[in-house]
Amino acid sequence: MQLAKQVKQLIRKEMLLEWRSKYALNGVLLYVVSTVFVCYLSFISIEKITWNALFWIIMLFASINAVAKSFLQESKGRHLYIYTLVSPTALIIAKTIYNSLLMIGLTLIALLFYCLVFEFPETGDLLMYIIATVLGSLSFATIFTMVSAIASKAGNGGMLMAVLSFPIIIPVLILLIKLAKNAVDGLDRSVSLDDIGMVAIVNVLVMAVSLLLFPFLWRD
Amino acid sequence: MSKNWWKILGAVLVIYTTVAGLLLGVPHLNILNETIRNLYFHVPMWFAMIVLFSISVFYSIKSLSSKSEIDDLRAVESINVGIVFGVLGLVTGAVWAKFTWGQYWSFDPKQNFAAISILLYFAYLVLRNAIDEEQKRAKISAIYNIFAFPMMVVLLFVLPRLQSSLHPGNGGNPGFNSYDLDSRMRAVFYPACLGWIIIGYWIYTIRFRIRSIENKQL
Repeated sequence: MQLAKQVKQLIRKEMLLEWRSKYALNGVLLYVVSTVFVCYLSFISIEKITWNALFWIIMLFASINAVAKSFLQESKGRHLYIYTLVSPTALIIAKTIYNSLLMIGLTLIALLFYCLVFEFPETGDLLMYIIATVLGSLSFATIFTMVSAIASKAGNGGMLMAVLSFPIIIPVLILLIKLAKNAVDGLDRSVSLDDIGMVAIVNVLVMAVSLLLFPFLWRD
Repeated sequence: MSKNWWKILGAVLVIYTTVAGLLLGVPHLNILNETIRNLYFHVPMWFAMIVLFSISVFYSIKSLSSKSEIDDLRAVESINVGIVFGVLGLVTGAVWAKFTWGQYWSFDPKQNFAAISILLYFAYLVLRNAIDEEQKRAKISAIYNIFAFPMMVVLLFVLPRLQSSLHPGNGGNPGFNSYDLDSRMRAVFYPACLGWIIIGYWIYTIRFRIRSIENKQL
């Protein structure tokens, strides 16, 4: 019960901080919008397969920027303060849930804008594509949260974050692109069930490993 | 002697499989022809790599609870040796692919995923170099190592099966089991795997001993 209460408080704190500054949300939104616009200016019209790949590449870089700040931007002093107040398990759960919510919101807005600029392929299955993007934002959130914790403890931020997270995110990204491509091509939904299961399994795996390892990482 | 019998076993096995692998008879097949012998040299590299990475995960877990420097050294040295075996696996695979698929690197899923899983461990080494303080380095790199291991397993064993690959044993292509009707290849393949795993372990113990002596002298 204690844990659930702590998680709730921490998520509330994150949201409040975000709401006051609106830095991450607006910054990343502007980032996504301008990237999509630059892509529009350079591509004008695109094929189905490029449509899908481009969306995931934009989302990959946007989510690295959005999630990386969860640990990297906090000062050492605040880390110490949080350490004295709550259990590490509560912290990683709260951060992951908050980042997942942030990413889901961000991805959906990005998808909406992306569909406005580049039309969604006519043969596509929009509902399936939305499921794929939600799954994708969940995986980005779980993996990047843990990696940003590792990078922030290692002491030098952005560069390390990219080096450490890309090899880990690539397998998930490949699965997601495959799943999303099925949706764009409008294949029958039963074809994609295996991939959905696979992404879910990888997510659960990452989450379980993070929960086990984070307490060791958090204690200095 | 009683302590070192496994080193002799490993050396004998590797010498036997190298000679027998090049000389003994193999099934005659189109396209593959004599390149089927690569099985004895390519696949054992991956087995040795997996064993070494598993050793390193074991010591990483141990070093998280024991906080001992020796466990950390064991973890990093087994990764160093494992990476060498992984690169050798990639190279032997690429040479084989040149003769059967026509290109050294044809961006087959199996090749790509193997390369990415090696990248994971390069990232581990970069992470180690980024941290100066020894205890902190031991802890953080151990955590990354444990975090990366399940991903490596997914990359090497799960994902290539989901995609169409030319690699034998994948995507409906027959593995060596189906060619080896009279078990001639098994008699060389299994000893080769065991031999290379032992040699890999041996190199790792030597490297570990060198590093621990260096550390004592500091």
